Order: sequence, then structure tokens, then C-alpha cells
Amino acid sequence: MNIHAVRAIYRFEMARTFRTILQSIVSPVISTALYFVVFGAAIGSRIPEIGGVSYGAFIVPGLIMMSILTLSISNASFGIYFPKFTGTIYELLSAPVSHFEIVAAYVGAAATKSVIIGLVILATAALFVPLRIEHPLVMLLFLVLTSLSFSLFGFIIGLWADGFEKLQLIPLLVVMPLAFLGGTFYSIEMLPPFWHAVLLFNPVVYLVSGFRWSFIGASDVNVWASVLMTALFLAGCLAITGWMFRTGYKLKN
Amino acid sequence: MRPISDARSTKPSPMQPIISISNLSKTYANGFEALKNVSLDVRKGEIFALLGPNGAGKTTLINIVCGLVNPGTGSVTVGGHDIVADYRKTRSMIGLVPQELSMDAFETVVATVSFSRGLFGKPADSAHVEKVLKSLSLWDKRKDKVMTLSGGMKRRVLIAKALAHEPDILFLDEPTAGVDVELRRDMWAMVRSLRDTGVTIILTTHYIEEAQEMADRVGIISKGEIILVENKDVLMRKLGKKQLRIELREPMATLPASLSSHGLDLAEGGDALVSTYDASADRTGINGLFQDLAREGIAIRDVETRQSTLEEIFVGLLEERA
Repeated sequence: MNIHAVRAIYRFEMARTFRTILQSIVSPVISTALYFVVFGAAIGSRIPEIGGVSYGAFIVPGLIMMSILTLSISNASFGIYFPKFTGTIYELLSAPVSHFEIVAAYVGAAATKSVIIGLVILATAALFVPLRIEHPLVMLLFLVLTSLSFSLFGFIIGLWADGFEKLQLIPLLVVMPLAFLGGTFYSIEMLPPFWHAVLLFNPVVYLVSGFRWSFIGASDVNVWASVLMTALFLAGCLAITGWMFRTGYKLKN
Repeated sequence: MRPISDARSTKPSPMQPIISISNLSKTYANGFEALKNVSLDVRKGEIFALLGPNGAGKTTLINIVCGLVNPGTGSVTVGGHDIVADYRKTRSMIGLVPQELSMDAFETVVATVSFSRGLFGKPADSAHVEKVLKSLSLWDKRKDKVMTLSGGMKRRVLIAKALAHEPDILFLDEPTAGVDVELRRDMWAMVRSLRDTGVTIILTTHYIEEAQEMADRVGIISKGEIILVENKDVLMRKLGKKQLRIELREPMATLPASLSSHGLDLAEGGDALVSTYDASADRTGINGLFQDLAREGIAIRDVETRQSTLEEIFVGLLEERA
């Protein structure tokens, strides 16, 4: 294991975050605060309790999940795409590092940022609504697993993309709609049976639901189904990344 | 894989090849055959210049050895280790300075060089980084962001990054492209001093003058094939021609018949005679030529000799194969 290389890449990526602290941390916190003002205070005050908690508290897990999904993807995809774009990828490819070490360093750094941001958003939310976390360890587990899975997914997008447009394509056209339709702002129980059934094919539903269960002890789907879906998504992303490195897809001729 | 003696040793003796390439072929996905059955040994501690026109396969060859391009058929060993099976050992022995000035523009010089050291598996060592930066006259710029540096300085940073992990082999792909003459000469001196510390250097260049100035051995690659590998001095002796130019006091319209056996050319304007001869031959015929000139009463104003350059040898070899 080339631990020095993993550390070098990880530190480099984390340093990039702190160089761009406004974009990396302050921006998601402000966005989330705005969501709480609009949905929690303005609209939420007219909505009755859901799952035994106020609407403002109900949307906290969904908002955290939505933020870490998008940030994990953008951080990890940009982290590996930028060296490809500038040509500095030559150094990574010529270094004595294994595929696993490269993925561990980039994805580890992106996931770390997501977990930090998730916790910062949680702290921000606590300023707006009274929070209750019934299963804190499960909450942390979901936070870490989701950050890792979607950072890995972002890493795949970064390897696949050969232009800035492609880098934004999947997050905007696929991930964002799935996140909005994943029960961030509502319980899927509120939907007509047909849409309820359709949304069970949306993996984000399982993430949000499991994460929400850790907060309020109630969920749209079984919590074990949520854990299983997250683990399956993680395994799928690992398999794709492994194949990309083995074949040199979009990396080596 | 071609066996080399003591193939598992990481410290080959000076005469052992530190890089051994055997029957290496590479065809890209678009069908372009970049390398055709290339075999080449690079000796430890030498400066090896790989010359070839654009698209000859120089960069493909370097990129395969360094791990940037997947090898096709054949084998490559570095320090006796296979570049695929033992990639950690081979890559940690190699430093690469690419053709393009590719660096993270927002990093400081010292940060990017330290990053390279870590990436190649070495623990942080600020003393070594300082030594490298000082040797490349970058110490004063260590806190500057890369994007604020001139092109020549950026090239030095790339070299510093490649040297950060104390490699045994340094690949320089067109190291002085776009660099002014003064800086180019500084770089040549730096490369020589690196060689003196035992680093093996492989450089590709378009400036044949660069290879002539620095290389111990020269390899010429054309259309994916190595057409010649030779000690530079031997090559220049074997294939180099010498030219004798005799400036005449009085121009002549035609060459006298008595001088026809000397293979002379009459320069344009008739004011000089030009003789091309093999300097390494036992009999160059120069004595006889001067005697015949004296016999004909031809007065000489000046005499000049000129050795053909590596560039002329290179162009001649490529034309021969065209």
C-alpha cells in the first residue's frame, strides 16, 4: 500500500476545498438555510405534522441527503476530471499507485467533505427547527455510506466525462430530479398509489427514507431495504470503477 | 520477456541495461501502428537521445515505459522488473518530464513538488525538496503560485517534480521546447550534472543540436521502428562527412580536367572548390588535391573544413529509408 501517495492526494484534495471554502462549504449552508426559510417557515407553518414531527423537522434529513448527494458527485467528479482537463493526470498514471489507492484517496476526500458539510447543515438546521435524532449511530452510518457511494458515483462521472458539459449532465438531468422526487420534501405515502409504486424504483427514496428513520424513527420503506439499496449502489459503483481502471477507459490509450 | 543477467537486481551494474525493451509493438484503437517490434536497451548512467520526426513513436515509447499508455505486445523491464507485473518498483525508479507544461496552476512551487514526492511513495523530506529547488534555481520562487511563473520556470518546476522522489531514471520529453537559448544551455548543464550523480537520462528532442551536445548514445526512430542505435561519437565518425572548402583567388568558369579525379564541386560563382570526404578513411586524398592545385597554378585565398552535424546524419538516414 502506497500510503504516502494516498495521503498526498487526500491532502491535496482537502486543501482544494479550503482554498475554495466559499464555494465548498458556505454556499451549501446558505442554500439550506434558504430552504428552511421557504419550506420550513413560510410553507411549513401551514402543513400539519408528518410522522409526529413538524414539517420543518421532517425535511431536515431530506435536505441533508439532497445536499450530500449533489456535493459528493460534484466534488469527486471535479477532483478527477480537473487533472484530465489540465493534463496533470500524467503524474497520477505514471506514479506507483494502485487503482484502489487512487479511488480511496479521491473518493475518501470527497466523502470527507460531504460528511463535514452534512454535519454543518445539520447544525444550521438546528438553528431553525427543534431537532431529534433517535438513532445517531445509524444516522452517521447513512451519512458516511451515502457520501461514499455518491462520491464514487461522481468519480465515475469524472472519469467518463470528456468536457465540462458532460460533467454537469448526469447531476442535472438524472440526480437532481431523482433527489427532488426522492421524498426530500414529502412522504411518498402522500402520493397516489401509482406514483408511490413508481417511486419505489428511485434509489434516492431508500436513502432519504433510511436517513429520516434515524432521525424520527419512521420511514417510507423498511430501514433494512434502505441499507441494502445503499450497499448495492456502492458495490455497483465499485465494480464500474474497477472495470474503468482495468481497461484504462478514458484514461489510457 | 527477454532475459537479462541478474534480472531481479534493482541496482544494475553500469554495463547492464537499466531499461530493456523487447519486441514492443503498439497499435492504437484507431488502427494506427505507433510502434513496430521495437527492441532497445538503455544503459545505466548514460544520456540516451531518442530522435525522430513527428509521429515517429518517441512519445508512445516513453509513455509505455512510464505507464501512461497500455503496452501492446512485447515486454519492457526497468531495473530488471516488468513494467506491468512490477509496476510499483518500475514507476518508483522513473521520473517523467512531459512535453506539455501540465501543472496545477493554483498550487505553490514547494507544494506541488512535495505532492509529487508523496505521490511516488516517498515520505516528506523538506531538505531534499529544498535541495532540488535550489539546484534548479527555484528556491526564491518556492512560495509563488505556479501560474505566476514564466514558461521556462514552469519547465524547471516540472523537472523538480520529476526529481522529487529521487528517481534512477529521468525521461525528458522535448525538455527545451519553447525555451530560450540561455535557459536551454542552463538545462543542458543541469542534465549533465544529474548524469554525474548517476541518474540515467532519456531525452527526446527536435533540436538535434541538443542531442549532439549532450547524448552519450543516440537512437533514431522512424515510423515506429528503431532504425539505428549508436554511440554518438562513433555515429558521427562512421556516418559523418567532412567538407573542405577552398576559396580561390581568381574565380574559374569550369573545373580543369586534371582535377576531375578528386570529386570536386565548383561553388556557385566559381570562386570556391568543395570536396566532401570521409575523415575516418586512411587516405583522404587531400595531399594529392593540394599538389594538383599547385601544379595547375591555382592560387588559394583561404581554406575551411566543416564536420557534418548530427542533424545532417539524421536527415540523411531518414532520406535513405524514405
